[in-house]
Parts: sequence; C-alpha cells; structure tokens
Amino acid sequence: MVEPTPNPMALDLLRWIPLLPLAACAINMFFGARLGKKTAGLLACAAVGASFAVAAYVFMLLPATGVFRDTLYTWFESGAFRVNVSFQVDALTAVMLLVVTGIGFLIHIYSLGYMDHDEGMVRFFVYLNLFIFFMLLLVMGDNLLLLFVGWEGVGLCSYLLIGFWYQDHNNAIAGNKAFIVNRIGDFGFVLGILLLVTELGRQGIWTLDFAELQKHVNMLSPATVTAITLLLFVGATGKSAQIPLFVWLPDAMAGPTPVSALIHAATMVTAGIYMTARLHFLFALAPQTLSLIAAIGAATAFFAATIALTQTDIKRVLAYSTVSQLGYMFLAVGVGAFGAAIFHLFTHAFFKACLFLGSGSVIHAMGGEQDMRKMGGLKSHMPATYWTYVIATLAIAGAPFTAGFFSKDLILWQAYSSAHGSPGFWLIAWLTAGMTAFYMFRQLFMVFHGGSRADPRGQAHLHESPAVMTVPLMILAVGSIFSGWLGAPEYLWGSRWDHWLEPVVRGGHEVHHGAVETEITLMALTLVIVAAGIALAYVKYGRPRPAVDQGAGTGGILYRISLNKYYVDEIYDWLLVRPFTLISDWLARVFDPGVIDGIVNGVGAGARDASSIWRALQTGNVQHYVMGFLAGTLALLVYYLRQP
Amino acid sequence: MVPLNHYLILSAAIFAIGVVGVVIRRNLIVVLMSIELMLNAVNLTFIAFSRFLGSMEGQVIVFFVMAVAAAEAVVGLAIIISVFRHRQSLDPQEMQLLKW
Amino acid sequence: MIIFYTLAVLLILSSLMVVFQRNVVHCAMALVAALFLIAILFVTLQAPMVGVLQILVYAGAIMVLFLFVIMLLNPTSLEPRRGLSWGFGTVVALLLAVALAALVSHDEAPADPFAATELFGAPESLAKSLFTDFVLPFEIASVLLLIAIVGAVVLAKREH
Repeated sequence: MVEPTPNPMALDLLRWIPLLPLAACAINMFFGARLGKKTAGLLACAAVGASFAVAAYVFMLLPATGVFRDTLYTWFESGAFRVNVSFQVDALTAVMLLVVTGIGFLIHIYSLGYMDHDEGMVRFFVYLNLFIFFMLLLVMGDNLLLLFVGWEGVGLCSYLLIGFWYQDHNNAIAGNKAFIVNRIGDFGFVLGILLLVTELGRQGIWTLDFAELQKHVNMLSPATVTAITLLLFVGATGKSAQIPLFVWLPDAMAGPTPVSALIHAATMVTAGIYMTARLHFLFALAPQTLSLIAAIGAATAFFAATIALTQTDIKRVLAYSTVSQLGYMFLAVGVGAFGAAIFHLFTHAFFKACLFLGSGSVIHAMGGEQDMRKMGGLKSHMPATYWTYVIATLAIAGAPFTAGFFSKDLILWQAYSSAHGSPGFWLIAWLTAGMTAFYMFRQLFMVFHGGSRADPRGQAHLHESPAVMTVPLMILAVGSIFSGWLGAPEYLWGSRWDHWLEPVVRGGHEVHHGAVETEITLMALTLVIVAAGIALAYVKYGRPRPAVDQGAGTGGILYRISLNKYYVDEIYDWLLVRPFTLISDWLARVFDPGVIDGIVNGVGAGARDASSIWRALQTGNVQHYVMGFLAGTLALLVYYLRQP
Repeated sequence: MVPLNHYLILSAAIFAIGVVGVVIRRNLIVVLMSIELMLNAVNLTFIAFSRFLGSMEGQVIVFFVMAVAAAEAVVGLAIIISVFRHRQSLDPQEMQLLKW
Repeated sequence: MIIFYTLAVLLILSSLMVVFQRNVVHCAMALVAALFLIAILFVTLQAPMVGVLQILVYAGAIMVLFLFVIMLLNPTSLEPRRGLSWGFGTVVALLLAVALAALVSHDEAPADPFAATELFGAPESLAKSLFTDFVLPFEIASVLLLIAIVGAVVLAKREH
C-alpha cells in the first residue's frame, strides 16, 4: 500500500539554499585572512541567514502535499543507472531545512561572540559553513547517493571541528575517535546501499532516487529488505550515537561549544533519524528491523540517562543527554511513529541548542572551567543565561506546555499504544524521563544556585555574556516553548504536525486512536515522575549546603559504574582496539617483512640459488666442455640409432 | 673388395681415439694433434664415400678440409705460443680464468 | 684386402700412440706415421692426388710446424699422471666409437663399388671440379690462408 508521490514541481531557487553557504565557505577559505575575522564571520552568518530566508520562502510556497525539485546536472550515468545532483523539498525536508538553517544561523551569530578571541576564527567559520552545506546536501538530496555524500561530508566536518584546537593532542584524538567510529557505521551504510542497488538491479530496476525506490521497493524479498535496513541502521547508530557506536559523542565535547550545539545536538546526529524517515517505506517492510531499532533506542535512552546522573563536566551531561534523547527518537521510529520522531527532533533541536549555548556562556564566564563542582551561584551574575537555561531545562524535562512536553509525551504515547509498541517500551521511556528531569535539574542547581564554589579570582571575573551571545539564547528559549505547540495531542488543540508530515511518512505512521483516557493517564504518570525527579534534585542539590558537594555522596558501586560510563570505552579498548593494534603490529613487524618481503626476496633468492647450481657447469676447463659436447653428441646418436 | 662399412668403422675408431686424446691429455699441443687426428678420420670417411659413390666431390671436400685444417693448426699453435708466454704452462687445467 | 687390414691395424696402433705417449715428440712422430698410413689408404681408394697432398701438406708442412713449436716451447716437465677423469673420458669415447660403429653398420653397402674410370682421382678430375664447380670456395680458401698467416704472426709476436 505504497502511495505514489505527487509529481514534483521544478523550482530553481532550491539550489541556492546549499550553494550560498558553500560560496561563503570558499570565499573565507581563500580570502578569509585578508578579510579579517570580523568580516569573515559576518559573511558566514549572512550566507546562512540568506539560506534560511530562501528556505523559509520555499516553505511558505510549498503546498501541503507538494514536492519541489531542482535538478542541477547528471552526476553519472552507467547504462540504465543514472544519478543526478538534484535537490528536492517536501514536507519532511522543509522541516529539516528550517532546523538546519534557522538554528544554524543562530549558532553562527553566537559564534561571532564566542570565538571572538580565538586566532582560528576564520577557519572556524569556513568549517562551519562547509558543515551547513553538507548537511543541506544530506537533507535535500533526492537520491540515496547524494544523501550519502552529505552523510560523509558532515562526518568530515565533525572531525575538523572537534579537533579544531588541534594543538592539544587530546582534541585530535577525540576527532579521530569520532571519525573512525562513524566510519564503522558508514561501512554498514555503504553495504546497505550496495545491497539495495544490486537487489533492485536484479529485478531490472536501476535507481537510487527516493521517488523511484518508493515505487519499486516491494519487489524485494522480506529477507533482503531486512538485511538492507539492518545495514542502513548500522550507519544510523554510528552517525546518531546509539548503542554500540555512541562512544564518540561524549569525547566530541572537546570541540568548541557552538560546534557541540550545532553538530552534536541539533543537526548532524539527527541525520540517522532523517534517513530512516526518508526511507520509511523501506523500513516499513522490515518489522524485525523496526523492533530492533525500538529496542536499541529504548536501551540507549535509558543507558545514557543513567550515565548522565553522575557526570561532573557540564558538557558531558548534555552529551549523554543528547544520546538519550536520540534514543527516544529511534524508539519512536521503531514503533512506526516516524512523525513523532521528527517532531521530537524538531523540538530537541531548540532546547538542546539552547542548553549547549548556555553552557558555552557559562564556560565563557568561568574562564574555561567546565567542572560543575567548581561552579555555583551564577544566577545572580548571569541572569539572561540563567533564565534561558531554566526554560530549556524545563523543556527537556518535559514540563507542561513546553516543547519537550508535547514531543516526549507523543513518543511515550506511541510507544505504549502503537501496534509495534509495548508497555515495556513505555516503562523504560517513562523511567528515563524521570532520570532526565533529575539530572538536568541537578545540573541547573549545581551551576546556578547556591554559593559559588569557584576560586576567588575566578569569582571576580564572572560576567554575563555579550548580546551577540545572549540574543540567540533568548530566541532559542522562545522556540523551546512554542515549537512544541505544533504537535499537541487531540484532546488539546490537535496536531498540525501530523497533517503536515502525514503524506510523506504515510505507510509508516500508524495513527492510533486509542482511548483518550489512557492517553491522559499516561501523561499524568509522566508528569508525576518528572515532578519526582525535579524534587529529588532539589533536595540533593537545590538547597544551600555548607559543605562542598561531590555528587551522590555515597560513592557506592553503582555510582562508580555510572561515573565511569560503564567502562564502555575501556571494554572496547580491550575487546577491539587492543587486538586490532596487536594484529596490525604483528602484520607490520612480522608478516610484512617476513612473508611478503620474503616472497619477493625469495623469488630473487630462488633464482640465485638455482642459477648457482647451473653455474657449476662453467668450470673454465675446456676439456670439460668437450666432454659436455661429447655427451650431447652421444645422446643424439643414440636417438638416431633408435629410429627405424 | 673391402666393404664400405669397414672403412667407416675404422674411421669411427680413429675419431673416437682422437676424442679421447682431446679429453684426457694435459698438454695443449697433444690436444691439438688429437684434433688433427679427428679431422683425418673424417677425411678418410669422405674419400671412402667418394670412391664408393663415384663422385669427385668427396675429394674436393677433403681438399678444402686440409686447407682449413692447415689454417686452423697455424692459428692454434700461435695461440698456444702466446698462452705459454703468459702462463709458462701448457696444461689446460691451469687455464680456468673463465670459471664462474 | 690384406693391405687394408694391415693398414688399419697399424693406423689404430699409431693413433693410440699419439694419444697415450707421454713424451710430446713421440706423439708427434706417431702422428706423422698415422698421417702417412692414411695417405696410403687414400691411394688405395683411388684418390692419388689427395693422398699426395696429404703427405705434402699434412705430414710435411703441418707436422713440421708442430715440431717447430714443440722445440720452441720446450716443455721439459712431463705431464702428471691423471686420476679419475682419464677413465671417464676413455669410457665415453669408447661409447662414442661403439655408437658410431653401430650407426654405420646399419646401412647396406653398395653391392658393387662404382667402376672407376681412368681419370677418377687423377689431378685432372680434381682440378676440373675445383676450378669450375667450386671456384668460389677455392678463392675463399686462399683468403682464409692469408688471414691465418696474418693472425698467426700477430698472435705469436713477441711483445715489446
């Protein structure tokens, strides 16, 4: 029951959305030094701003079920297989476009202030614009290959930006880790693409265009589709930091905070969700994969939340929180609620970006300090940052009428009531919501409330950030409240979201009109556990305490496991990295010189040894040569004698 | 009348003796003399055939063989003299510079 | 008939002497004897011209040259006794002789030897062949002899 997509309408405007940031990137790359930091930064921001303006215009032009397309040129053509560089905008892409360009624009403005004192500011904006370009390729591509180009490109930019302060070796290592772990996921992704192309090709269809794929995908056998979707999901776990490939995201916090906000909260990590939504027709044919996705999503959400409970670095808490929220999104995908997943992606972008930028503001004020145990009492020094942070924290916790409330509740409801969902999924997600509330408010109280635990010299420097940094915070805070109002449940004022996205994700989205009472009951339960979390956090961290608080205080075994992130990195190191390194070492030091060189040298040695045997014939003694002559003649004679 | 085969067998025997001389002797001059012996054995064969087949060509060939043998003996002896001057020896086994 | 077999035995004896005598001069003398005997065989085979040439050129000029060189070089030391290679070489050569003999015994000899004409083997016949059919090799042979002389002179020259 796959509906045909409506005929796309050509719109040349589309190409400017990615091309403007690319142009700014190129100009800054070649002339940035001459332009100077201020101008280069403003140019970068202007490009993304213009991109956002075009995207907004396109959004307004877009009819409810319409699709715009802009084909630039044919990338390659091999027989019947043809891939174009071609952009398309439908409802799903439009949402992503607004998020990427809009929030991207705000973060660019913020970076003007944050990176102001940094020597490499021009380089920063080059990379940031390049990232926006690739991300736009990813969401606007009309075929899987162009999506993959963007996929790889954002991975590259992530690497460049994580290791931005490359003089510190640890940052470079973190960048490496991100890239390599992503690469492992990408390997699965590529295999999935190849399997898809060849299996369809076997049936005579050679294409990677989404529109074409949607028409022909039910020609594939269920086993094939399951294999393809599993492989594609492997790629998604890498890019979107799910179990088992999430380990790079906490380390990625080594990059500058705007990077963490843009790439590792709002946009790049959401690429996995976008990909599954874009290919919903494929995933809908593979229920086992969807179950696996839901299970991994739920597990990751819970798991990451337990780690976030004890972390002391302000950005690490947010990183694990991101992993956890992405888990929610995958849970939604797994139970077939693609629309809900995208909705949560949308709201999460607002409040997570706000939280990250706020933390950047705090770090800025603390002169680079990131340990929450040394913070406290910043409320009075940084009011703008504080109040936006409060709003964003309420949103992520799921306080009523904030954005997070609607999107998270929708996921919880779908997890419970969808045909693929189960009460078990709901329970895990519900507990995670409670933990989310707890650790986020723990962070809020530790950083902003109570007395300052910073050293006295640091205390004198505490100041609010400049307007160029606080205005984006305020805009994002507003978004954290109102962006969720688009997707309210039926019993309130109904969802405009579903109607908007339904044509795109139809076939995967199961609108379940379960009992309204159940829905309200569940919502109430969620509110209860959220309130409990907040209260617990207040009890432990909110009230002014005379002594320095180190955390959970008891220091028990669970605490240590959580603090050390379940020793996952250490396990991976022992299980995978070390054997791999040993094998590589052995190959380099034993196998290569011994076997490979041995074969090559052995050929030479063999020739030499063989020839040294024959060499013995050259005695230099003429009489021996005559004897040889004689022997040959004799042989010939005998041969002729035998002839009749 | 002596059959042709007898001549040929005699010739073969002399040739073989010549070969033995070339291989065994450690005096270059004797080696050269053994080569002359071999050439003469072949001459005998040619003349025998010429007689039995009634063709003069065998004798013509022998004529040329003799001319060439003369030239070869001359040059060979000149070489032996030259070598003797350098090595003060006529033993082929001492002349192994071309050994590997 | 008898002449042939006598000559044959003598010839073989003198060849063996050439090969197995220790003194070089004895070898040379044995070779002269062998050449003489072969010349006689040539004459019995209706090749008088060639036979005479054999004595003149081979036994006369070439062997004299050999003797000159022997005297010039004056190898005083006798050759040392040989070891294993003596036997080996002899065995192989005997094998060769046997093989050759076997080879030549195969073919049927012509029943009647060709009836010789008066002029068969006479200088006239030889000259006729030489100067008509084989004039080119004849001329080349003379060039060859020239080259040999020049070469010998060059090679044997005493270096200054």
